[in-house]
Amino acid sequence: MTMMTASDDAAAKTARRMSVDFKTLGPALALLLLCVIGFLLNPAFVSEGNLTNLLTRSAFIGIIAVGATFVITAGGIDLSVGSMAAAISGVMIIVMNNTVETLGTGVPTVLLGCGLAILLGIGAGWINGALTTKGKIEAFIVTLGTMGIYRSLVTYFADGGTLSLNFDIRGTYRPVYYDSFLGLPFPVWVFIGVAICGWLLLNRTAFGRYCTAIGSNEAVARYSAINVDRVKTLTYIIQGLCVSFATIIYVPRLGSASASTGVLWELEAIAAVIIGGTVLKGGYGRIGGTILGALILTTIGNILNFTDMISNYLNGTMQGLIIIVAVLLQRSDWKFGKSGKS
Amino acid sequence: MPWKSAIGAMALTGLLALGGTATADDKIKIGVSYPTPTHAWAAGMNWHAEQAEKRLEELYPDVDLILVNSPDPGAQASALEDLVSVHQIDALVVLPFESEPLTDPVLNVKKSGAWITVVDRGLSQPGIEDLYVAGNNPELGRVSAQYMKGRLKEGDNIVILRGIPTVIDNERFDAFMAEIEGSGINVLDHKHANWNRDDGFEVMQDFLSRFPDIDAVWAQDDDIAVGVVAALKQAGRDGDGMFVVGGAGMKEIIKGIMDGDELIPVDVLYPPAMIATAMDATVNAFKSNGPVAGRYILGATLITRENAESYYFPDSPF
Repeated sequence: MTMMTASDDAAAKTARRMSVDFKTLGPALALLLLCVIGFLLNPAFVSEGNLTNLLTRSAFIGIIAVGATFVITAGGIDLSVGSMAAAISGVMIIVMNNTVETLGTGVPTVLLGCGLAILLGIGAGWINGALTTKGKIEAFIVTLGTMGIYRSLVTYFADGGTLSLNFDIRGTYRPVYYDSFLGLPFPVWVFIGVAICGWLLLNRTAFGRYCTAIGSNEAVARYSAINVDRVKTLTYIIQGLCVSFATIIYVPRLGSASASTGVLWELEAIAAVIIGGTVLKGGYGRIGGTILGALILTTIGNILNFTDMISNYLNGTMQGLIIIVAVLLQRSDWKFGKSGKS
Repeated sequence: MPWKSAIGAMALTGLLALGGTATADDKIKIGVSYPTPTHAWAAGMNWHAEQAEKRLEELYPDVDLILVNSPDPGAQASALEDLVSVHQIDALVVLPFESEPLTDPVLNVKKSGAWITVVDRGLSQPGIEDLYVAGNNPELGRVSAQYMKGRLKEGDNIVILRGIPTVIDNERFDAFMAEIEGSGINVLDHKHANWNRDDGFEVMQDFLSRFPDIDAVWAQDDDIAVGVVAALKQAGRDGDGMFVVGGAGMKEIIKGIMDGDELIPVDVLYPPAMIATAMDATVNAFKSNGPVAGRYILGATLITRENAESYYFPDSPF
């Protein structure tokens, strides 16, 4: 480093900025391209109603993916989020239905449900984290296990069927999903809030740097006096918390939970994180990219519903292609000659 | 004791043929095998199977029904083996997980001399089962289309939300399209909503953004219909005679029809209770003097306000 001349340093900086810029721009370009395609297919794509739907819909995956960014940046993985969301929704609905008699069908019941969701999310995240760090089991296996557990728990709670929220509570709770503030639906505000907190936490705090350090090299991080176990457990707790936020805005949408709730959300969240530029094996994370990734995923589904040009049976093919192209766009460092991660 | 029951069971078929009197050990054992309920329809089936077990065993003290559910085709194949080797069943009622992998296991049960009743999903080889009980998928599509034709006029627009891409979905969809053809009703588009509320909601939201004029929705399934209704209400397009036709017979939907819901005025039956029909018929094969073997295809009844009550099971999970 000390040998480097000023001009070399400047050149390196420029090169890095260019590649970093491209990394930032990759997902944004992909999203823009998708929107143009959507508009060309059907101008109604950019109608206010559709854009609001799109943003609201991406809130679930987006919020969960913000949490997943921390877990993945720190070198972990969480496969249990979809099942966790389903199980938390189920418990929320059961508890709210059962407190109607004592608390009524008003705001207190809904607040109780939301508070419970947050506690459950933190608890579930802690279990994943503790089993990974203290139990010394690979995150993939731990969360594969908890994925199965939570999924079958919701099936059990629902007796194989569907849990439905009491009709009157639904009336109280419904605005949380359907109402707007300043033209944006509440779920979008929650999404924005979670995204900003996530960005600050990852980029402006010691905790965020610890996550990156652990993901880069856990052993070195440990020797650098970072409390690796604590930080890793915290990433899973953040993930659990994000899942509870997503659940809190999911339940009022249809007021029900069943074994088919949140199926494959974990893969969508991981896909959103990777499309956004975070490295799957850890050490580098981008919240902004994650949000774009979530928007891209939702937009693909939305566009496919807006056209009958592509056979329904090929929906999966289109989604797969676009995901790969989006990642290809932001990984194509080699075009600039300079290689290597920052 | 194990020896005694084993011998007793082995002698059972012979005794039945001779019309011998039944003693405690000579029970007619009927195995009932179906997939573990992981979605609402299957949970309803499980519930109806349990109800039928209780009812039939009370009615005929010498009948023993053994209910087994399995989480995957492999487990179901093993369950069938156990029903033969451990329980030595005289008859099997089976809703196969998948046709191909379960054809041989069912054939093996058949070879043990047991009566075979297949429910809903046929085996890939004909002639194994003595009795076939199933709902009628093409009929479900046809009945739905007939109702649409009765309520809509030429030039009206409908959208279709389909299920998971499978043979069942294709049969329903093709029959619907064949019936609607020539009526002048426009099918604007059809998308898969995977028999799922969330997908129903999102696909319908997109249809609503895309098509300013929709007169009716064929949701094909009650879970999809629940999502469709939420999307219609959100967009404020649930008035003006708009209606949604689902299918299956979910209790909440049936309740709505009984109460005169205008948005979902009818439902087309594809009942999970068909397992009970199959169990009844199988017991009859041993008890009735009438012949039972053959095919028993249930009608896809149109449930309206008038007949809804007889299809309403408030205690069932579906």
